[in-house]
Amino acid sequence: MNNILEIKNIHVQYGNIKALNSVSLTVQKGDIVSLIGANGAGKSSLLKAVSGLEPITQGTIEYNNQIINSYQSSKRLRPDIISSMGIALVPEGRGVFSQMTVLENLEMGAFLVRDKAIISKKLLEIYAMFPILKDRKDQKSGSLSGGEQQMLAIGRALMSSPEVLLLDEPGLGLAPLIIKGIFEVIRSINDEYKTTIFIVEQNAKLALKNSNKGFVMETGVIVLSDLSANLIENPQVKAAYLGE
Amino acid sequence: MLNLLLLVMILLGLYIILSLSLNLIAGYTGLLSLCHAAFYGIGAYTTAILSVHTGLSFWLLLPISGLVAAVSGVLIGLPTLRLKGDYLAIATLGFAEIVRNVLTNWDSLTGGPRGISGIKPPVLFGYTLDPLKKVNYLILVWFFVAITFFVLKRIMESRFGRALEAIREDEIAASSMGINTTKYKVVSFSIGAFFAGIAGSIFAVFIPVVVPGGFDFMLSVTILCMVVLGGMGNHIGALIGASIIYIASMLPQILGFSSIISPQFNQIIFGLILVIMMIYKPDGIVGRKKPDFEKLIGASLKKEVSR
Repeated sequence: MNNILEIKNIHVQYGNIKALNSVSLTVQKGDIVSLIGANGAGKSSLLKAVSGLEPITQGTIEYNNQIINSYQSSKRLRPDIISSMGIALVPEGRGVFSQMTVLENLEMGAFLVRDKAIISKKLLEIYAMFPILKDRKDQKSGSLSGGEQQMLAIGRALMSSPEVLLLDEPGLGLAPLIIKGIFEVIRSINDEYKTTIFIVEQNAKLALKNSNKGFVMETGVIVLSDLSANLIENPQVKAAYLGE
Repeated sequence: MLNLLLLVMILLGLYIILSLSLNLIAGYTGLLSLCHAAFYGIGAYTTAILSVHTGLSFWLLLPISGLVAAVSGVLIGLPTLRLKGDYLAIATLGFAEIVRNVLTNWDSLTGGPRGISGIKPPVLFGYTLDPLKKVNYLILVWFFVAITFFVLKRIMESRFGRALEAIREDEIAASSMGINTTKYKVVSFSIGAFFAGIAGSIFAVFIPVVVPGGFDFMLSVTILCMVVLGGMGNHIGALIGASIIYIASMLPQILGFSSIISPQFNQIIFGLILVIMMIYKPDGIVGRKKPDFEKLIGASLKKEVSR
């Protein structure tokens, strides 16, 4: 019905190694979806395929019923085009432009927005969401702490008012308290803007607690998919990912 | 003596154009290119060949040479710019060697190792700029230094320049901001090549002989060192870096020691400057951007007050 993202039987290969083996999943408009799994399960490869950074060898990915990545190279869209259609990626390791100031980073997020009024309105919204970024707006982003950089990366992705927000391990290398705060903000983004959110995360507990739907991935295959509330109670998940 | 000083100032101007344009490619966009001398050579040979065979005016050959260099920048850029760091450096190095070999061996077109002479001097309002009257060329070169400086400064401060910086900082993040990274990299590469071609064209009419030996790998490395010494991504830095390295290498001649000190001594000075710089000033003399101390202190004060 309201499928905003439809991933159909995709394969991703690095040389001879299969990173994704026939993965299918759908994301519905307005949902928060989390994808959990161990290191090397293929979570990041999936996000890269969705944002057009990784070509797929089989299958297709559709966004709003339009093919954005496909096994046919003629139907693949470039990453910058995919992002201009409303899919914003917060890359793994945050990827802030460290030599630029916080404000310049946020302005880069609105690179495709030509209307100055919209940019300044968006900027105020981001500052309201992350007051620390306003305090640090003239500071080089490389000098921010890890948590602040993650906030900046999320704020930057929101500057383009995306329909879908892809987050690659937002909790990577951050203190538990900070991760909690980041997840609270992610929920409020979903509440306020109805942005569809797709989180890839190793911290299974937090990711499942803060999402409606969850997928579990193991060595390139989706092994479980359910409502997040059910996955938390699932004995298999409990044993493998929640340490209970 | 005056003649030597004028010669140094003219060649310094050309080096500054080269380092400013490489700064756009390497300092701003972060593409480690080792073929800038090739673009310089392509510009010089375009002017030389067309001047001798067609007799076109310099004022027409100048933009043509820039464009030929820019087009060759696109041709080499399209296949190689997906490479990163050292891989790109090696690919551009290969391109530079191809250009040098073509210039040396295509006898019928480039005159082989003997090069091309008889390049016609530019004529301005009926007044011929005689290469022997160096003051004319001093003005000509520094006029183009000024143009290059301001055009590249405008480019770097524009939306386009911002995108180049973003690509240098993080290509994946840049592409997810909606920047077509391949296109921007190729355009940056060809703009840099264009200005190197312009410098080559001026060089050809000034000397007025072109030989392939002048556009070798050492020149590319020297230009890169000028950019690194001044500070990557800073046009003032490129200017200062070029001045220091070139003037230091000409110092024995300027001071009249060239009969005592062998020309190889230049290389020693050159190496010494780089070693000292890497130890004490690894970011280059000027660094990437001048830190705005007033603003920093002001911001922290404001924070204190608001507490």
